[in-house]
Amino acid sequence: MSVAVKVEEKLFQNRYKVDSGRPHISIIDADKCRNHCENHACTICCPAACWTLEGNGEVTVISDGCLECGTCRIVCDEHTNVAWEYPRGGYGILFKFG
Amino acid sequence: MAEKFDVIVVGAGPSGNAAALRLAEAGLSVLQIERGESPGSKNVQGAILYSDALEKLIPDFRDDAPLERHVIEQRMWVLDDDSFVGSHYRSDSFNKEPYNRYTMIRAQFDKWFSERVQKAGALLICETTVSHLLLDGQRVIGVMTDRQGGEIYADAVILADGVNSLLAKKAGFHPEIKPKNVALAVKEIHFMPQELIEQRFGVKGDEGVVIEMVGKITKGMMGTGFLYTNRESITIGVGCMLSDFKNQKITPYELLEQMKAHPSIQPMLEGGEMKEYTAHLIPEGGFNAIPNLYGDGWMIVGDAGMFVNAVHREGSNLAMTTGMHAADTLIELKNEGEDFSAANLKRYKARLDESYVMKDLKKYKNMPDVFHTNPQFFNDYPDLISQAARTMLTVDGVDKKTKEKEIRKSFRQRRSLFGLMGDAFKLWRAFE
Repeated sequence: MSVAVKVEEKLFQNRYKVDSGRPHISIIDADKCRNHCENHACTICCPAACWTLEGNGEVTVISDGCLECGTCRIVCDEHTNVAWEYPRGGYGILFKFG
Repeated sequence: MAEKFDVIVVGAGPSGNAAALRLAEAGLSVLQIERGESPGSKNVQGAILYSDALEKLIPDFRDDAPLERHVIEQRMWVLDDDSFVGSHYRSDSFNKEPYNRYTMIRAQFDKWFSERVQKAGALLICETTVSHLLLDGQRVIGVMTDRQGGEIYADAVILADGVNSLLAKKAGFHPEIKPKNVALAVKEIHFMPQELIEQRFGVKGDEGVVIEMVGKITKGMMGTGFLYTNRESITIGVGCMLSDFKNQKITPYELLEQMKAHPSIQPMLEGGEMKEYTAHLIPEGGFNAIPNLYGDGWMIVGDAGMFVNAVHREGSNLAMTTGMHAADTLIELKNEGEDFSAANLKRYKARLDESYVMKDLKKYKNMPDVFHTNPQFFNDYPDLISQAARTMLTVDGVDKKTKEKEIRKSFRQRRSLFGLMGDAFKLWRAFE
């Protein structure tokens, strides 16, 4: 069974207050992602598809759609290469129902 | 300018609200800090509310709490690719007040709970993120916030900052959580007319149905799916251990989408409109994964302390109960004129040991390991059970005794006789 999923359509239903120019998640050492990580679990497990493995082997993160669950931080347990803070007060995901 | 309170509570979820309410009622000066625009706006839950823990804090909560439906029917489904085998338990005794279990919507519930906390006298500041704890040696003396002049001091800080527990981790009080100790759950809320829900699930008024699901929907991962009826909406979701998502390279929203497309599930969502998609980690490491819960000037409550009973799908009740015991410990010490040192705060742990919280978590302490190391419980058995049901229910001229033999054979092919007995033994030991 295969179902085409556009996570963007799901995230579109959510309410966010994006803190422009101040991402709350970043990669500590890009080289680790590119050359030392084999599974790139962040790109698979993130429920908001914030993480992408680019064609050139680079891993990028755009945290605008982040649901602030913490998956990327914890799933990167071999490399602990994710700098993860909560957004500034009032910013980020604003759950209507939760 | 540095203000000082008796207690700072970080977070306005169920555990933080329980603690702040109790402390304020006892007359302590309480500051509660919440990073969302209002309490609940950062919080995610299924959500089922068990009355007991809340009743102990707010006996009259039913008067004005935003509750959705009281649960009168529990369904347990075991699914394979195109069918389910299920048991339904429905009882009119669940229709007798006071009701024991409700569905709820957390953004609304947390806001209501917080209003009660503020009425009791606690000071709440929202849209404020605590970046780290202020320490004097090993003693917590306050918090640093992202507000101007962000330092705030207190005699004790209660960490109700949720599953990620960043503050205690940054202070070095406990190590990072492991992927095998958290479940990642994703869910959606679908709105539809109240009459449609009542018709579809055979309920009336505020009656509600919950469905818990295991089987092929989790693709062999350790986890469960769920569907809860709210007043005018349905919550549907699935959660599995993060280590399993990682090892099996499965994307959570694809898993959810495939579950929604299951022929037994899809019809229940028909006519609904999806209004929000959420994700959340659930601390399911159990008893053996509980971190240090207290130290000089600090205590951990709720999800931050791994207080979830994964077997019984309980969490918010444990959160409220741990918040209550943390607060009661401080109140007791304050009344005795004692300080909030680690030596005194160990009373918090002693209170928890005496309560259902630790007793239940201890009872199931081996459960996570049993399921982690025996994927057949989420893989082979659901398949075998539905095959067995199909075999017995298909009338095709084959006699029933032959069918029984076929079923036995299929079980022994998938799991040796020794394996079957071993599994039964493992489950018995883990549940004992």
